[in-house]
Amino acid sequence: MKARPPTYTKFRDVQAELQKSGAALFRDADGVESLVIRYPYSIEYIHSYAEDSPFFLGLAEGRLRGSKCTKKRCAFVFATPRSHCMVCGAPTEWIDLPTTGRLHSWTTCHFGSEAFLKETPYNLALVEFEGAGSVMLARLKDATESDLYVGMPVEARFDPNPKYSITDVWFVPKK
Amino acid sequence: MVTGGVTKFAKAHPSMDFRLMVKRAYDYAVKGIPNLTPDRIDGTRISYFSDHFSRQLKAASMVQDYLGMNPKGSVRIEWGGATGGECFQAAYEAVASGRMDVCLAAGYETMSRVATWKGNEFIALASDTNFDFPLGGFYTGYYALMVVRHIYEYLRKTRFAHIADEREAQRLAIQEGSRIMSMVSVKNHLNALHNPYAQYPKRLTVQDVLNSEMISYPITREQICTMSDGAAVVFLASESVAREFTDKPILVKGVGCGTDTMRLADRPFGRVPLMAHETPEDYAHLDYPGVHSFRAGRAAGIEAYRHAGITNPNRELDFIELHDAYASSEIQTYEDLGLCKYGEGYGFVERGDPFLKGIDYGFPTPRAGAIPVNPSGGLIACGHPVGATGLMQGVFAFWQLQGTIRKHFGDKALQLPNPKRGAIHSHAGTGSSVTVSILERGFR
Repeated sequence: MKARPPTYTKFRDVQAELQKSGAALFRDADGVESLVIRYPYSIEYIHSYAEDSPFFLGLAEGRLRGSKCTKKRCAFVFATPRSHCMVCGAPTEWIDLPTTGRLHSWTTCHFGSEAFLKETPYNLALVEFEGAGSVMLARLKDATESDLYVGMPVEARFDPNPKYSITDVWFVPKK
Repeated sequence: MVTGGVTKFAKAHPSMDFRLMVKRAYDYAVKGIPNLTPDRIDGTRISYFSDHFSRQLKAASMVQDYLGMNPKGSVRIEWGGATGGECFQAAYEAVASGRMDVCLAAGYETMSRVATWKGNEFIALASDTNFDFPLGGFYTGYYALMVVRHIYEYLRKTRFAHIADEREAQRLAIQEGSRIMSMVSVKNHLNALHNPYAQYPKRLTVQDVLNSEMISYPITREQICTMSDGAAVVFLASESVAREFTDKPILVKGVGCGTDTMRLADRPFGRVPLMAHETPEDYAHLDYPGVHSFRAGRAAGIEAYRHAGITNPNRELDFIELHDAYASSEIQTYEDLGLCKYGEGYGFVERGDPFLKGIDYGFPTPRAGAIPVNPSGGLIACGHPVGATGLMQGVFAFWQLQGTIRKHFGDKALQLPNPKRGAIHSHAGTGSSVTVSILERGFR
């Protein structure tokens, strides 16, 4: 049952070709040989923000938009917008959120998935806004672990060169 | 349930692809049951989480081929981290509905096919790709956000309520929470020393866990499960045929499943859905679930307990194999599953309830044995090949209830004395879906 770490072993005289192609031969404790090859895999996606588009267009104008249920009795305010209400199912309308809020929770990531490793360490924050029933996830800059606490007042900053991504907005400690 | 099998979970198994891994687990399960031949199997449910890891769509069809199961009915099951638990329940439904007499549930994951941080990226694609992923695409970060709030609700507001300086109080509360999370990590790694299937069994101290690399504050490396290659299979049979295959069948007594919003930011601030042993007064001032608790886990627990006729899980369950992707989520889940009340999870660890009796963890565990959680070592020490994980829990729970741990592990340290009923708990991305299944000894 015990699996041992695979060991790299020479195999006939094709070793040089194997190495050139990035391939390798592994041999396990029972002498079973496995040929391992490598190949790249990359894709360009064509992604529509669809009904979320006004939010991302808003960020480019320096506006932080949430959405509010149009049913008067519900009127739930979503700090992360959605075009239909999760509580009652009615359509929502776009509203402007305050650009200041408080930390609902936070963390500092010292690692990340491959695409974001070069940006570490970075802070993630869940931000609460006055009058909203849900919160928003964003990056938090200009602060380190020892500065941060639940309840800390923060304010939004917008990228003057928008990339049309959620990273076009971030928060900093409120001056 | 009549039998099961597991491969050793490992960082990589270059000599086995997913088909062969499942076959090995299958062969182990049917060994010694001569009449459990392929013609007795009515159909299959096959689970794996990520097509990105496989780079092979419809890989479940290839497992079906390899096992020689064609042309029997089959379907692939995927539900994030809870994939294995869902597969178990899908097989249960196939049998309980009368559609099949014998159903094979098989699951696997081959996560070694990309580098660890690329793997983290694939996993994080199971978060909202408009609003969450581009911020860091990192599950450990999401769970860190949840536990920072959990600590704020349940340690800052209680043990550190007397400290006026807000930052200082929160800092001390996080230190306290980290120490207690580390006790969970020590427990699971140490239990796994007696489990030959586990990927990372080891003896650690609380200080070792705290000193391991900081991944996403306050969660350290030793508080997190790892990526694995592995497979597990479970055979479920109707009560009318089960005894043809074993004289020690285990009854699936109850199943439950719950869900919550994909985005953490959308989690509501409402009331706690109560279990039979709780009252509204217990949680009069608690906004629930927020990001501190898993409402899906609570919903799954309530459904499974009701189905199984359980009114007080702490008293009526002998052990739980629980989805501890993080030491933090193990503590949060004690509360969701009603092993203790919301807010009592940290004290539950300190008192020793989820620890095993007879194992020296290096710190006092006065109530050890009260309700052992992850006697196998859990995901933290066994590994987490996603599509196999929930089924692995089923296999470990099955052996535990049969009293055959010694036979399968070659070591009796993890065998509980005479367990009658246990639960398995499988959990997907930040608690967006959770399954709970109750297993009970079906023989005298």
